[in-house]
Amino acid sequence: MSELQNTLSFGNRLKRTWNSDLCWRFRHSPVAIISFAVTLLLVLSAVFAPIVAPYNPFDPGSLNLMNGFTPPSTPNAFTGDQFLLGTDDQGRDILSTILYGMRISLFVGFAAVSLGMFIGVTLGLIAGYFGGIIDAIIMRIADIQLTFPSILVALLIFGVAKGFTPVEYRDEVALWVLIIAIGLSDWVQFARVVRGATLVEKNKEYVQAARLIGRSSGSIIFGHILRNVMSPVLVIATISLALAIIAEATLSFLGVGVPPTQPSLGTLIRIGQGFLFSGEWWILLFPAVTLLSLALAVNLMGDWLRDALNPKLK
Amino acid sequence: MTLLDIQNLTVEYPSRHGVFKAVSGASLTVEPGEIHGLVGESGAGKSTIGAAIMGLLERPGHIAGGTIAFKSDLISGLDAVAMQDLRGKKISMIFQDPLTSLNPLLTVGEQLMETISLHLGLSQNAAQQRATALLERVGIPDPALRLRQYPHQYSGGMRQRVVIALALCSEPDVIIADEPTTALDVAVQAQILDLIKDLARERQVGVILVTHDMGVIADTTDRVTVMYRGEVVESGTTAQVMGAPNHAYTKSLIAAVPRPQVKLKRFSQISYGGRETRFAIEDIARNWTRVETQADTPLLSVRNLEKRFPIAKSIFPGHSTYLTAVDDVSFDIMPGEVFGVVGESGSGKSTVARLISGLYPLDKGTVEFAGQIVSDPRDKAAVMQFRRDIQMIFQDPYSSLNPRMRVLDIIAEPIRHHKILSGSALTKRVHELLEQVGLGAAAAAKFPHEFSGGQRQRISIARALATQPRFLICDEPTSALDVSIQAQILNILKDLQDHLGLTMLFISHDLPVVRQMCDRVAVMQKGRLLELQDTETLFAAPQTDYTKELLTLMPHLEGLSDEGLDI
Repeated sequence: MSELQNTLSFGNRLKRTWNSDLCWRFRHSPVAIISFAVTLLLVLSAVFAPIVAPYNPFDPGSLNLMNGFTPPSTPNAFTGDQFLLGTDDQGRDILSTILYGMRISLFVGFAAVSLGMFIGVTLGLIAGYFGGIIDAIIMRIADIQLTFPSILVALLIFGVAKGFTPVEYRDEVALWVLIIAIGLSDWVQFARVVRGATLVEKNKEYVQAARLIGRSSGSIIFGHILRNVMSPVLVIATISLALAIIAEATLSFLGVGVPPTQPSLGTLIRIGQGFLFSGEWWILLFPAVTLLSLALAVNLMGDWLRDALNPKLK
Repeated sequence: MTLLDIQNLTVEYPSRHGVFKAVSGASLTVEPGEIHGLVGESGAGKSTIGAAIMGLLERPGHIAGGTIAFKSDLISGLDAVAMQDLRGKKISMIFQDPLTSLNPLLTVGEQLMETISLHLGLSQNAAQQRATALLERVGIPDPALRLRQYPHQYSGGMRQRVVIALALCSEPDVIIADEPTTALDVAVQAQILDLIKDLARERQVGVILVTHDMGVIADTTDRVTVMYRGEVVESGTTAQVMGAPNHAYTKSLIAAVPRPQVKLKRFSQISYGGRETRFAIEDIARNWTRVETQADTPLLSVRNLEKRFPIAKSIFPGHSTYLTAVDDVSFDIMPGEVFGVVGESGSGKSTVARLISGLYPLDKGTVEFAGQIVSDPRDKAAVMQFRRDIQMIFQDPYSSLNPRMRVLDIIAEPIRHHKILSGSALTKRVHELLEQVGLGAAAAAKFPHEFSGGQRQRISIARALATQPRFLICDEPTSALDVSIQAQILNILKDLQDHLGLTMLFISHDLPVVRQMCDRVAVMQKGRLLELQDTETLFAAPQTDYTKELLTLMPHLEGLSDEGLDI
């Protein structure tokens, strides 16, 4: 029994994880380490924005209109206050608005991807396992949705939902509608990949063994097959996260996303581009660079994960 | 003059876990017209030697020591360009899978003629004539017509003939055949081996035949080199090595080969290297609750089974075409009996197993188990009880266990499903089962990929025993295993039958194995049951022509040492 305890102990597991092939590949890939570090830094600073950010941009008391349009790292001509990344027209610290804005962007991104993943994986498993008419219906819906650009689908869902919401609630539900719109617009790729993997897995003998025991289709799908199709799903989820963040930014940039009271990175960029030609470049540039580095880092991580989980692709 | 001379060859694969020596200090020679067998179990390094000669070692593998000389020219140090010139021209290779070694988008003629013009520089016309002659030589009828066909229009055996023709295009001096018949049926295997033998004699080609099959070695080769974990353990003429082996490993290997001529009580277990894994049949038998059955009534009765698979579906049922995989099959299996089903691939033998177990729905017929009809899925109670009473051991130990589940959960699944035990009693039971099949309780916390093929098959057996079934279906349980592991697993199955009185349906294409295991044998061909006999009668006096043909085609293994056999 001591051998048994030993294999199960936490330290031993940690050591085995550290020595696993995936971790080893990670430790030997500079791209993976850098992109992971950048993502972690951005996510953590967003999560802890209330602690990290020098100002609270939503607290009108901390704002001084005299500080408006302060260039980065230059003392304000009137108050002498200095801001690392400058301020916007109302004197809000750009760094703080970026940190708070990133919270919204990341929240929308994570929530939308989770929704898309949930729908896509479930439908993909069902389509792949049962086949026949169920498969045909699910996958034709997916095909139809693929004929529209996903941002258009999101816009459509967003527009329809907005039409049905009473005016007084619109701002409150806008965030959730946005999440549902983006989530519904990207379930298709999850469904396609999972369906393909399920078609392969369902013919393996372990599925037959489970059927022989008498397990129901539901418990075979979610108990046996699901865990075997998760690695491609993980890769798509990571890349989708970057796409969802960008989709959210695009929608917010177009003015249909989150309400201006909760500015996301996209909203900041929209506001910033109005000042670009009057010389206040920093209001646009810093949110844009943040969005770029976040999306790039998450994307590179997804790419690396795909290669690491499937070394034959190289 | 020696064609190929390999001295002290060492091949290393550096990795982050250290340097793995796939081959260490192997020496062998090939003379013109000689077939040199390279035999060993998986991981012995036999294929690596073939790849090293061809200069086709997969990176990061490399030759770390020793020399390979071709007609006394050193070739082991040659660069890629010089090697490419030699490869295909002087030394060619035949791979295991004829399906993947031919290009599906080119006709057979195009592939042959391309190779011929590349190596011999012949004109289009001359190349075509040569290609026709080659196809004729390897025994393909209507070669002129066949040249214009694509690989998918050929059968498996025909494709392997084409691959051999391709290897002969450049008139090579040495052919390396890496498991050339493993993917083929017995009948086709015999033809291909005869062809290789003839070619070696006729053209004075040296052949290295890499295989794990002792039958192929005994029937085909002139000299044999036995490998174990990268090292040559024994080498000599085939008669000498097979008939009077010196090394303990060779002895254990030969003793583990199932004999077609005589039925053994058990396979001898002269183990070598790895520690002997215990199978505690007495412990299992002590805790086993036997269900008493009348010995004279069949436990399982199958009547008029029929199964059709759609080949081309149409929305009008009349336009669909079907393949009748199982056609009007009826038999009875008595309690405690081992009932064998043999046949070539496509004969419907595996489909029969899946029909009985309910994995495929029946088109026609009934399955009766212990006096109750179990083939009607609407009778839930009967089906549920039947599920507890039958279990199956699958062919491929790599796909029959869920790779993302711990062994504990794999074995516990049937117990949980039938609500036999739960909580700590369940865990205790799983640990007991693992102890009994010789893996130890610690195995419960591991994942399937941490085990070898034989160990995985033991996990499968533990899972099958978990519900204390009365009937066990074994679908080619050992055909993916090495011969020594096969002997262990077959002994376990024999134990289960002797001590627990388990009734078994044993499906195999391997006639010697069937002879060792089964009481009665059914021969199937194209979905029909041709012949049903007691095993000894079948082997001594087969009734149908097909059975006679099957028996003549199986490897004869004459001149194999009888040392250590339990007759």
